[in-house]
Amino acid sequence: MTMDGPRVSAGELCQKGWTAGALLGAPDRLREPLVRDRRGGPLRPASWDEALDLVAARLRRVLAGHGPGGVAVFGGGGLTNEKAYLLGKFARVALGTPNIDYNGRFCMSSAAAAAQRAFGLDRGLPFPLADLDEADAIMLVGANVAETMPPLVRRLRRARDRGGLVVADPRRTATAGLASLHLAPRPGTDLALALGMLHAAVAGGLVRRDDLERRTEGFAAAWRIAARWRPEEAERVTGVAAADQRAAVGLLAGARRAYLLTGRGAEQHATGSDTVSAWINLALALGLPGREGSGYGSLTGQGNGQGGREHGQKADQLPGYRRLDDPAARRHVAAVWGVAPEDLPAPGPSAYELLDSLGTETGPRALLVFGSNPAVSAPRAGRVSRRLAALDLLVVADIVPSETALMADVVLPVTQWAEEEGTLTNLEGRVLLRRRAVAPPPGARGDLSVLRGLAVRLGRPAAEFPDDPEEVFAELARASAGGLADYSGIGYDRLRAGEEIHWPCPGPGHPGTPRAFLDRFAHPDGRARFVPVDHRGPAERPGGDFPLIATTGRVLAHYQSGAQTRRVPELAAAEPGARVEVHPDTARRAGLADGDRARVVSRRGTAEAVVRCTPGIRRDTVFLPFHFPGAERANLVTNPALDPVSRMPEFKACAVRLEPA
Amino acid sequence: MSPRRVVVAGYGMAAARLAELVRAADPAGERVALTVVGAEPRPAYNRVLLSGVLAGTLTPADIALHDRGWAERNRVGVRLGVPVTGLDRRGRRVRLADGTSLGYDDLVLATGGRPWLPPVEGLSDGRGGPAEGVATLRDLADCLRIRELARPGAPVAVLGGGVLGVETALGLAAAGARVTLIHPAAHLMERHLDRTAGMILARLCRAAGVRTAIGAAAVRHDPGEGVKLDDGSVVPAALTVVTAGTRPETALAARAGLAADGGIAVDDRLRTADPRVRALGDCARAGTPPQGLLRPAWEQAAVLAGLLTGTAPDARYHAGAPVTRLRAGGVDLTAFGETRLETDSADAEVISYADPARGMYAKVALDGDRVIGAIALGLPDAAAALVQLHDDGAPTPADRPGLLLGRALPPAAGPGPDSLPGTALVCRCNSVTKAALLRAVRETGGDVAALARATRATTGCGDCLPAVRRLAARRHETEGTPA
Repeated sequence: MTMDGPRVSAGELCQKGWTAGALLGAPDRLREPLVRDRRGGPLRPASWDEALDLVAARLRRVLAGHGPGGVAVFGGGGLTNEKAYLLGKFARVALGTPNIDYNGRFCMSSAAAAAQRAFGLDRGLPFPLADLDEADAIMLVGANVAETMPPLVRRLRRARDRGGLVVADPRRTATAGLASLHLAPRPGTDLALALGMLHAAVAGGLVRRDDLERRTEGFAAAWRIAARWRPEEAERVTGVAAADQRAAVGLLAGARRAYLLTGRGAEQHATGSDTVSAWINLALALGLPGREGSGYGSLTGQGNGQGGREHGQKADQLPGYRRLDDPAARRHVAAVWGVAPEDLPAPGPSAYELLDSLGTETGPRALLVFGSNPAVSAPRAGRVSRRLAALDLLVVADIVPSETALMADVVLPVTQWAEEEGTLTNLEGRVLLRRRAVAPPPGARGDLSVLRGLAVRLGRPAAEFPDDPEEVFAELARASAGGLADYSGIGYDRLRAGEEIHWPCPGPGHPGTPRAFLDRFAHPDGRARFVPVDHRGPAERPGGDFPLIATTGRVLAHYQSGAQTRRVPELAAAEPGARVEVHPDTARRAGLADGDRARVVSRRGTAEAVVRCTPGIRRDTVFLPFHFPGAERANLVTNPALDPVSRMPEFKACAVRLEPA
Repeated sequence: MSPRRVVVAGYGMAAARLAELVRAADPAGERVALTVVGAEPRPAYNRVLLSGVLAGTLTPADIALHDRGWAERNRVGVRLGVPVTGLDRRGRRVRLADGTSLGYDDLVLATGGRPWLPPVEGLSDGRGGPAEGVATLRDLADCLRIRELARPGAPVAVLGGGVLGVETALGLAAAGARVTLIHPAAHLMERHLDRTAGMILARLCRAAGVRTAIGAAAVRHDPGEGVKLDDGSVVPAALTVVTAGTRPETALAARAGLAADGGIAVDDRLRTADPRVRALGDCARAGTPPQGLLRPAWEQAAVLAGLLTGTAPDARYHAGAPVTRLRAGGVDLTAFGETRLETDSADAEVISYADPARGMYAKVALDGDRVIGAIALGLPDAAAALVQLHDDGAPTPADRPGLLLGRALPPAAGPGPDSLPGTALVCRCNSVTKAALLRAVRETGGDVAALARATRATTGCGDCLPAVRRLAARRHETEGTPA
């Protein structure tokens, strides 16, 4: 959780929150730039001027030899709004490259795509999180909040007390353990579950037909698909009892205030966008979105997961959640940036495609990484590591020597959360100003200053790349004006004064929009869209040499690639290494017992982990946390099959076998 | 090359599915020119959902499989309300009821099934249709007719206690009709269930307000009066719904000389004896006799679409073992495979659980490590797991009671902290173990607030508060006990 005061966490923090201070003084905190004089040589300390001169000179060489497409930028969902914005501008203006994407592609992209299709707008929660306090029923799909954002559990209390908490997860997670009703679908079949539940809603006469008529389009086509998915049919695919599907629908439909929330479990699939669309279809059929006290939302994963996807570090987007292929959007942003619209590059490849192409015949030769650790976090991480190694130039800006930083030619030590000022946009679309609390180590610089230093060395005027966060935010606000995520009415002055502003906020006098969609959805006609989607199943099915399904996720003590949390002693002690959660029957069949070291083998690679037997997981499923480096990387086995719309990789379901190490 | 002319005789669910899959494989119509000929005057609809129309939760429009513009958008020629009346195999033409004819390269018979009227006096109108006061339940017209006649309070007889009969009886009773279910065999659903399951199912029906006459044969139907049984009693009925099974509709095939004994026999490419003529769905006998189930028909449609379009020339149909599901009112029943082996069987390991008073019954037959048959009545969670084991051929779980019962009871309140080991996490948010809390209890002697300060337990999601309170209370219990 980010420290955003009473509205979200009620002042409570989880262990990751209260230990985050330890990261400020991490023993291996980067305190000076490092450069490598030759491939395979050691990293040695360098001055900032030397490091930035070196990066600029080598970037110029690549640009001269390969054109702008020879350079790529990879950002992160943990970067502040200002950094995300300036990084996008840097790629498109200073480098002129289409090659920019970020790790949020691995996080929120499916939910974002589905929300855009349905509502015309992607805001993770289109209502304040505190609204959940009053809910009578909440269904969480593939979201283990008790481990990933524990303070949120308090907000589920009323629904729990009323027997209205439904959790869909292949594992009996800590969150599922709180549920009144736990549905355990086979990984990769959530879409079928949503179709079965939509069927149950319609056949049970629980659909609000008058709302559909008034506020939505496309129900008939979505229903024609769901009509084939009687709960009994969905049961056969998902393993979730038809009676439980009906019970879950009954709880949501019968509640006065009900919410349906998805997490990465539903989204991180090669069918992630369609899966989220199926859940939104169900929510629309039950009349939840656009009703005060009810709704659909996606629980954002990273600290700035929401803001990170609004300001232009995504391959297809410009600030304000504008589309890079929209001529009007290009004209508007180009005018703010003082460049010609035609000079803005076209949309580029998505994250995995970008990483997969690095150092290849036609791919980029140089990569700049800000706030991400793709050597651990990208799918098929073994391949990604080899691509990173094939680059002519890898530059990593980070706070600690992450696995990716250790591969770099130049490492730039940057500042972190409490050492700098900046804004984040939280999971409910509210903009938070984070103030500087402590002085950074003397050798570290802000990312904004790094970008400015590089841009100037690449021949851009310094005024184009301010390094003062407030100045960058003011420019971001102008660039976002008139876009979907309109920040133009938000300024540091209002945030400093303690105002709680949810975007869109289209003018200085505008109060912001805590609850979107109450009057109209964001499509031009004001109506929400059902999207007709059908179940296809995971890209890789279990069978033969790979009879089990591996799914990946987080554990309580760690965050993302673990580069930060593994450096906090309390967290490392709580969860020192990778484990593979497995049903005792499945472990026994593989000749393994609790505590044994095991190998999880897929067609792409092998990850090692310690066996943890738990009867709360499906017998056909194993679970691997993705926080650990080296041979314990869960992403050595994951499948890079991509969603056709969101370009989300299939992190959550791949075929594996389990064997003793 | 011009596209192959494929004519589908019949526009029911199997035909509709086939047409969709052909167009999915060949969207532009370059491989197959498709014509679908339907006897009913409306586009295909979802027959499985007729129970919803009967119950009034769905409208006829809700169960349409294709909207009005579907055929045109998908380049499918659709002829409605004109049954195929004749087949000229040599000339490769079919004749339609309106006197027109269509030439084909491939003909697909998808004529479905028709309800069977048992040879009981007064049931038939003499022309093969139901007599006055009698209805079958196959199409939308039947359904609307039954809705009209089975008003709340009206006496209704349901003849035949198979899946459809039991579902119909329960559905009509729920809608307020006074229903009697008449079944000639010794117990309900005798093709799918053992005696115990049939007996418990009958109890459930009676509990739902359905009267039962089991082991009783109907001998005569008198319009306006009801059904006379072989013991001389009369079941009063303003409406008699016959649910005695269906027969494959094979008249067209038989007239064309394609042998049709209990279904049009087809091979694994769905070919009849004439390779230009194929058949699928309820009219086809593809290995096993047709059972009126949807899943085989869809699997056949997928194979046939691949073959006809040439996109999957190696596709073959293999009949899977069917799963019987019955769900109506509060009854949830699943049965598949070997259901009549008993616990003393020498051929298989059979385990069972019966609780007739609560309407629960489970039986699982195992061959070594594999499930070969099961009945689950009133145990929906177990049923879901058993069907997946059956479909996947996965090894049987070691926890046999769990296998048999699923999540039979509501989960007990979580174990109190007393029963936890010291290493167990009490506060997950902050990784505080029970041992750490007990240590803090000893050291601070404190209340919950002191424990929270010392360990941070309870300061995250707050979920552990009751457990921490309980441990804090231990202070008093342990006083005077040397540690």
